[in-house]
Parts: sequence; structure tokens; C-alpha cells
Amino acid sequence: MAQQQKTQYAIECRKITKMFGQVVANDEIDLNVKYGEILALLGENGSGKTTLMNMLSGIYHPDGGQIFIGGREVKINSPVDAMNLGIGMIHQHFKLVEAFRAMDNIVLGTKGKKEKSKVTSEKIRQISEIYGLEIEPEKYVSDMSVSEKQTVEILKVLYKGAEILILDEPTAVLTPQETEKLFAILRKMKENGCAIIIITHKLQEVLSISDRVTILRKGKSIETVNTADCDTRKLTELMVGRPVSLEIERPIMPERETILKIVDLSVNKPDGSKAIDDISFDIKKGEILGVAGVAGSGQKELCEAIAGLLPAQKGAILFQKENLLGKTPSEIIEKGVSMSFVPEDRLGMGLVASMGMTDNMLLKSYQKGNSPFVNRKPAKELAEKLIKKLGIITPGTETPVRLLSGGNVQKVLLGREIETSPTVLITAYPVRGLDINSSYTVYDLLNEQKKKNVAVMYIGEDLDVLLELSDRIMVLCHGRITGVVDARETTKEEIGMMMTGENIVKEEKEALR
Amino acid sequence: MSNSTGNVQSEPFVRVVKRAELPAGKTTLLRLLAVLLSLIAGGVFIACVGQNPFVIYGTILSGAFRSVMAFQGTVKVMIPLLISSLGVTLAFKMKFWNIGAEGQIIFGATCATFFALFCSEMNHVLLIIVMFLAGFIGGGLWGLIPAVFKVKYNTNETLFTLMLNYIALHIVSYLRDGPWMDPESQGFPKIARFEKNASLDKLFGIQFGWLIALILVVLVLIYLKFCKQGYEISVVGESQDTARYAGMNVKRIILRTMFLSGGICGMAGMIQATGSDITLTTSVAGGVGFTAIIIAWLAQLNPISILVVSFLFSVLEKGSSVVQSNFGLSTDCADVLQGIILFFILGCEFFVRYRFVFSNKNSSLKSDKKEMEG
Amino acid sequence: MDIFIKFLVAAVGAGTPLLFGTVGEILTEKTGHLNLGVEGMMSIGACIGFMVGYYTDNFFLALLFAAVSGALSALIYAVLTVTFMANQNVTGLTLTIFGIGFANFIGIFVLNKSPEGTLKLPERITAAMRGIHIPGLSDIPVLGELLFSYSPFVYIGVFIAVVCAYYLNRTKVGLNLKAVGENPGAADAAGIRITKVKYLNIILGGAICGIGGVYCSMIINGGVWISNNVGGLGWIAVALVIFANWQPSYAILGSFVFGALRVLKYYIPQNVFPFPIAFYDMLPFLMTALVLVISSMRKSGRINLPAALGLNYYREER
Repeated sequence: MAQQQKTQYAIECRKITKMFGQVVANDEIDLNVKYGEILALLGENGSGKTTLMNMLSGIYHPDGGQIFIGGREVKINSPVDAMNLGIGMIHQHFKLVEAFRAMDNIVLGTKGKKEKSKVTSEKIRQISEIYGLEIEPEKYVSDMSVSEKQTVEILKVLYKGAEILILDEPTAVLTPQETEKLFAILRKMKENGCAIIIITHKLQEVLSISDRVTILRKGKSIETVNTADCDTRKLTELMVGRPVSLEIERPIMPERETILKIVDLSVNKPDGSKAIDDISFDIKKGEILGVAGVAGSGQKELCEAIAGLLPAQKGAILFQKENLLGKTPSEIIEKGVSMSFVPEDRLGMGLVASMGMTDNMLLKSYQKGNSPFVNRKPAKELAEKLIKKLGIITPGTETPVRLLSGGNVQKVLLGREIETSPTVLITAYPVRGLDINSSYTVYDLLNEQKKKNVAVMYIGEDLDVLLELSDRIMVLCHGRITGVVDARETTKEEIGMMMTGENIVKEEKEALR
Repeated sequence: MSNSTGNVQSEPFVRVVKRAELPAGKTTLLRLLAVLLSLIAGGVFIACVGQNPFVIYGTILSGAFRSVMAFQGTVKVMIPLLISSLGVTLAFKMKFWNIGAEGQIIFGATCATFFALFCSEMNHVLLIIVMFLAGFIGGGLWGLIPAVFKVKYNTNETLFTLMLNYIALHIVSYLRDGPWMDPESQGFPKIARFEKNASLDKLFGIQFGWLIALILVVLVLIYLKFCKQGYEISVVGESQDTARYAGMNVKRIILRTMFLSGGICGMAGMIQATGSDITLTTSVAGGVGFTAIIIAWLAQLNPISILVVSFLFSVLEKGSSVVQSNFGLSTDCADVLQGIILFFILGCEFFVRYRFVFSNKNSSLKSDKKEMEG
Repeated sequence: MDIFIKFLVAAVGAGTPLLFGTVGEILTEKTGHLNLGVEGMMSIGACIGFMVGYYTDNFFLALLFAAVSGALSALIYAVLTVTFMANQNVTGLTLTIFGIGFANFIGIFVLNKSPEGTLKLPERITAAMRGIHIPGLSDIPVLGELLFSYSPFVYIGVFIAVVCAYYLNRTKVGLNLKAVGENPGAADAAGIRITKVKYLNIILGGAICGIGGVYCSMIINGGVWISNNVGGLGWIAVALVIFANWQPSYAILGSFVFGALRVLKYYIPQNVFPFPIAFYDMLPFLMTALVLVISSMRKSGRINLPAALGLNYYREER
């Protein structure tokens, strides 16, 4: 019986092991998927999902174990090998050449002579029709929206005749509506006999799309279960390894005064295009204002404008009735305006990767005092204090922070910001790449600040978290505010509508009637 | 392209794996090994042109140290090398690719020469101070030009600083052929020898530029390690976004640092012109600005290491001039050897962070364990 | 009028080494690798090519060895930056210092052995490099001189540039190459053999630069060896890449314009523009600096700068 079943498997992995330096990313993982089946690969950040899939697509090279494709043992040394075996991967960070047209990206790496544009684009149209995809082959990728780019990625692997599809967190950048559309396409592929592996950590999506679920934890495959027999609670327990309460605390603070008021703000990106388009909102002391929106809706520019990093075209940013616009970042820090800002790309901007914790603690405070010399002593003490208080795991205060794990880096950054006792705390994607435990530590830290009457602006990706953590949720779409709602009363669908701006269109239509 | 389908079963012969960062001791050992290998490679090169490498290397060493005079000569070579290496270090720390040290040296020397030629009657101490300032400011301004365009338009500084080298060079040849031509040279294009009053004094038989150089080593060390401005340079070099976010005025830091970087190089030019050449020629920099880049990089931008490396390089340069007179091999030999050394060091940095795994052993797990133990 | 045509003809000649350097560097930069060693590769090509020409009196062999030596020096760069992931700026600079030193060293070494005290190319090879003469075509007034009077180098250079333009814009391998320079991760995932593409094009670029170098040593000084014969042209070529917007076809125009600047001093009437000679010598470098500034001020339009230029690629980067 075992023999028969094996031949049905599109992919079978046995005891796959992968090390990065001395870190074991995959520890003897077993996994299999059949043709005409959707397998969800579930696991926390850092559990080794992406590493495993990168080995199936030939990007990484396993240190041990066997891979069978269609019952035959194979070694996948490069993406070419993967492609020849019919494996196509859609990466979380799109692997597209921005300066090329969609069709150039799709044919990239295929054999044969260069065809006329017309021939290629006709072929692409044919494939798109089978699966119900919408695409403009002549459009430059740099001009595309996230969801269009994803379509290009899917077409890329279909064009090359892939029968085994791997999607790495494909919904992370999509609105709920776009996600539904993607799932419809995946179901159609399944009907056509494709084997699909979808990586995600969103439990609802696992339940709605997959046939079976394989759960990874800390680099090990824990269990494979039929989706029909599962619910969120069970999946979470398997994923985290113990029962966890998924509730996020939401302390209620008495209504307080407004501390930050944004009036008619417009901000351009450095390349001159419009990023923030005439928005107004306010943040009160002791509240968490969640900011939702598709990636690239102006979140980054909004943060940078408040922190004084980007000039505004018009409008005002009033902090305790004083306009912050036109002030330099250091003036905003120096004036006693305790603005704390956890940038999107924490290593790229909030921290200096090659410096140790001590020198990173100095970053915001080194200018204090008139001496031309840097005083490292208090910074070192602060670093040691944070290590103890937040349980940061590091060999020492002088170890470059790039060597720390994602969760620890986040603690260093957030810890430093909170130590300045801010009155407004702006955080963008602070739990990106963190496991559930670390994420909850961050939520606790933010709630702690809220209880201290700090106004917190939380820019997030996970709508479930936003709904539970925030007091109010503001939705951005193409640089405009499409709605500000009470987080206790709204629904995911309502926010999803706002993220695409559909609610505005609808209102306008109704107004016209 | 051909073996993709058929050979799915076979593994690639070799692949690259990241390793845990090596401890400092092993890294140093690796670099020393690289230097040794480069000397062997240089030896092969020397053997190829029909000389005995041991004899040549021996001549280089003895040529630099054989007498007090020779040693003084070595130090004389070292002074501009050391100073300009320190200069470019400031810019490199900021990841500003200042390869215009050559031009900054020349322009600094040119500005100092103005005073040497036309204010030679001034009080000696005052004149020397004025010339130092002129050299510093001249070099600084020459370094400031690309920085201004960099912060304003993000102009590629590598090529811009390079073009300024040639521009500075032709300014000197213009002055030499025209306004500053020595009236007593009977039409031969050269600039007059400076008055004694306008040349640097000697200390232990060598122009006292060596003392300035040593002082600069300490100053640059303190500046980079302990000063707020030095801290700013490191942050800007790592990430300009981070620097802006921390409230730093990135533009001002770039301008200031490039002024200092160029200024220090300009001082090297002034010292070379007034201390060693006692006149201004088009070869006042003579490739020092480029060698300085190699030195700064080999020394990992550490001022103390720069002192050591620039001394070794001056031994190489001085020694190869002896090789030239004894064996007829041109002093360009030094450039070739320097290039080879840096090639090997650049290559060896790879092994600090990565290693190769050969598939025929098929025992990567075993070697990983070995590494953990060792 | 006659002097103007002579000026244009001279400009094309003076621009030819730049054309080789620029096209070679365009190929290199399209892989995402900025090779600052053009000056060095040209110097090595100049030296080896000249010496082979000097001893064999064979134009073709001189050309071949110049290309091969340029390719070999580019191989050093490729090994260090592609495989060993060394800093591209420093590696390129080192290659330049090494290359110039090597060329001068060998030059003087051979010079010391020659009985005459100078190195002058023999007659046959000098004749081979002289301007071509196609009966009929070359005799057409004005046009004949403007189009059919140059050294074979000029035609080789233009031919290489045109072929490279076709290669980059019209072929699949060219598309692959551009993908590597734009986004190596994407190219890798698409199954393009990144390392192979990089090595091939960097080496090819080096070979083209090597031919540019031998032009400098064999033609510019009338077939007599002098030290530093590339004299900064390699650096101008690197800057011209920006001017040409990474397009070989624009490189043809750009290099001839800069060639014109180089020979301007011989053709400009001194009584009209009484500038010192040093000014004309400075002019190409001054203009290059100006081009750098202007092209950095330009914000609009599709700039073809490869997005991954200067960044080394490691597949298993986390």
C-alpha cells in the first residue's frame, strides 16, 4: 500500500535538513503533497517554512535528506532543475525585474529564440484565459500594483509548464477581496490537476483553501492533519506547541485630549509622485490608532513626514498645537517633542547593523551635551538594562546587532524608543518576522505605553491584530484616508472595502443617485 | 545550459556556504596567509622577468634599511603616504569614494606654493603656518567640490573626484608653463626652487613632516573613535536613512567630512612640496593618492594599522628604487606588488565569511561540526 | 572647410579608444558589476598588444593578444567580485593601479633590452594600422574622407558597438544579461545561470577594453612606446557609460564627441581663442565632470542604470 501511495505524491520530502552557519533551520522535515491537492504549510516566523520551500525551488541546497518528485528521487541544485521538474515558486518578495515588461519577465530564462512580441503576448493571453487571470503583457512591472505583480509571478510559472506550485505567503500584501480572487484561481488550478503548497500563518486562510495542513515548529515537522478536522484553536496549539490565548489585551483609558493633529497634509515621494494626498486625522493620548492599508498606500511617507524626514507639500502637523512641519528631525527630537519612530525596515533605518547595542543606544542621544566627545557609559548601562528587562538574547553589548535574531533586534529597537519616555510612539510593522511569543511581547509593550498615556500609532499588516489591539482604525488607500472606524465595532470585510477605496466609490455613486 | 535536464541527479562540484564569523585571531592569521601568498605570487612574477625573487626581496629590505640615509629616505617616502591614507580614511569610513586624493594633494600643494613663491619674505614660523593652512584649505576645497554636487544632485563621486585629479594636474602644468615659470630657467618650463625660508625645517635629519604625520595618526584615531563627529561619520557610512532618522544633518556631515578628508590630503601635498621637493612639480602627488587608497583599505580604515601598512609600503617603494638602480627593474614593480597584495587580501576576506563545500566529500554536516568544535 | 573635415576625422580617431573602453564597460556594468579597472585593463592590453606587435610584426596577433590580456585582467576582477564577493570599487581601483604599474614595468623592462633605446613598431604593422583606402569609395570628396579613410580600429570599434547594441536589445541572451544586472535574484529564480552570465560578460568587456588599450599604445604616439600611454582615457570611458545611458549606440556618438575635445587644441585657431595648452589638455576631463553633474541633475526619462549595479549577489543570503 505504501508503495502505491508514494507514486501519487507530487512531492515527497524525507528528513530534509538545512543549516545556516550553526543555526539549524530545517531539522529532518517530512512533507508530501499529491496532484490535485492544496497543502497548507503552517508555522510561525522562523519555523523554517520558507527555507524548506527554497530548497524545493533550488535556491538553497539541503544539507541532508531526500526529495522525491512523482516518486523519483531527485537533487534540485538550481532553479533550472526545479523548473525542469515542473516546480514553480511564487516568492513572498516578488522576483521580478521592475524595468522589464510583464512579458519579458514571463519568458525570462526560457529556452529558444526570442519571439516577436505579438506571439509571446498571444501565448500569455491563452494561458491566462484557462485560469481566469487578468494581465496586460506589455505593461512595465514598475507601473504595476502589487496584485498585478503577483499575477505576473503566477503566469511566470504557468508559462514554464509548472504542475507543482509553491506560494510563499501570497496573501500578505493583498486585500481580503484580492485574496478571495487568488483563492479562486488556486482552486481552478487544483481542478486542472496541479499540486499546490501554500505557505501562510493566517489560520483563517488555511481553513478556507487547503485540503491538508502540515505544521512546522522550530524547524521540525510536527504533524500533518486534514483541514476538515481542524479549527483555529487546534492549529494554533500545534503551531505554538501549547495552548495560547489569542486574545490581545485592550485596556480602556479615559478619553483624553488630542496630542497630535494632522491637518490637510500632502506629501510627495522623493521622486515627486504623490504619496499622501490631503489627509486630516488626530491621535489622542492613551489610545492606539491602528493604520491599515495595502502596502505602499503612503504609510511610510506619513511616518517620515511626522518624524521630519520628508518635507510636506502642504498642510500642518500640530503637536500640542505647535506645527512640526519645517523642523528638522533633530529639532523635533530636541524640542522635547518625544517622537519615537520604529521604521518599517528596522535594520535599514532604525539601527546600525554593524554596530553593537551600545552604539545603537547612542543613536538618538549622542548629541546631548556640549562636549565634542561621545559618552558611551550611559549608553552601555542602558543596553545592559534593556537586555535584562526585555530578555534580549545577545553575546554582549558590543556584538553587532545584525547577528541577533529578528525578535531580539525588534526588542532592541522598541526598547530604545520606549526608554526615551515618548509622548507619541509611531510604530510601523513592529511584529514583522516575529514569532507569536515575541509578537505578544511587543503588543504588551505597546499596551504598557498606552497605559502611560502615550499616544500610539500602530501601522500593521495583520487585520486580525489591528482589530484586537487598536482603539480606532484608520484606513489608507492611495495616500488618502478612506475611513476611520471604531475597532470594536467594525469588521474585517468593512476594512477590506476601505483598503481598496470601494466604499468611497459606492458612496459617490449613491450620492449621484 | 546543456546539462540541466539529464544531470538532475548529480550535485554541483562546489558551492558556497556562509560560515559563522571567524574569531579575530583566525581572521588575522588568514590575512597574514594572504600576504604570504601574495609575496609568493609576486616572487613568481619577478622570476618571470628573469630575476631571483629572494635577491630582489632582500634588496628591497636592505635598500630601505641599509644606512641611516636609506632609512631617512624611507621615512620621507612614508610621510605623504601616511598622511593621505589618513585623509581618505575619513571619507571611506563614510562610504564616500574619494579617489581624488591625488588631486587634493596637488591642489593643496599648489595653494601652499603660492605663499612659498610670493610671500617668502614673511617671518619663517608664520609662513610655515600660513602654508599649512593654505595646503589644508586648498585640499579641503578640492574635496568639497564633489561633496557639494554629491549632496545636491547625488553626482557619482568616484568619477568626479577622479576627473578633479586630472584638472588639478593641468592647473599645475598651466602655472608651470605660464605665470609661475621660473624666470631664471631660460624658457625651460619649471617652477623655481623655494627659498630656504619657505621650506620645512628638519628634525633628526628628516623634514619634520613625519612628526605632523604621527600627530595626525593620533588625532584621526581620537576623532573617529571618541568624537561625536566620528560617530556621525560611521552612522552615515552605514546608512544615510538611519542617520537622518537619528536627527543628523547628513548633508552637512558629508560636506564637513570631505573638507577634512581633502584638507588632510592637501597637507600631505604641502609637506611634500615644501619639505621634500622644495618646489612644485606636476608629480608632487605621483600616485601617492592611489597608493593611499590601497593602504587605507588594507589597514581596514584603522589609523594604527595605517601607520604600520604605510611604513611597509614605503619600505617597498624605497627598496624598489634601489632595485631599479641595481637590477634595472623599474620602480613600477612596487605598484605591481602592491596590486598583487591587495588582490590577495580582497580574496581572503571571502574566507572570513564564507567557505567552499566540495560535493565529492559529501560531508558538509561533518565539517560543520568540526567547525563548531574548532 | 578643409580643416573642419580634418578635425572631424581626427576626432573620430581620438575617440576610438574611448569607444572600446565605453562599450566594454557597458557590457560589464550590465551584469551589475561596476569595474573601475578599465584604465588598468586598457593599460595591460596596450602593453601586451604592443609587445606582441613589436616582436611579431603582425597586426592581427597584436589585436588578439591585446584582447586576451584584457580578458585575463577582467578575469581577475570577475574572480574577486563574482566568486569572492569582494568590494567592487576597491577591486577595480586595484586593477587599475596594478595594470598601469604592470604596463609601465614591462614597457621599461623591454625598453632596457632594446639596443636602440626606444621601442618603435616595425614598418609592416604600422602600415596595417594606417587609414584604409578603398579605391573609388575613399576618393569621393568629403564623404570619402569622412567615412572611408580611417584605421581599421575605427571600423572594428563601431562594428563591436553595433553588435553589442543588437546583443543587448534584440536577443534573449541580452535580455538575460539585463535581468542579471537589474535583479539577480529574479534572474536566478528564472533559471538564468548568473555566475556564467557575469563571468562571460565581464571577460568580454575586458577583451574589448584591451583592444582599446592597444590603440593607445600603437597609434596615439605614432608607434613609439611611452609610459602611461592610456593616460586617463579609461576613466573617461567609465564616465562616458553614464553619458551614453548604458546604450552602445550612444557610446559611438559620445566617444567621438570626446575625441573631438581631445584634438581640439590642434585645430582651434590660437589667435581667436588664446587659451593656454593646459586648458585644452584639461578640457576632456572638465567636460566629463560636467557631464557627470548634468546627467545626475537629469531626473526624467528611463535611465538605464542597472538597478543592482555595485551589489554582489549571494544566492543563499538571508
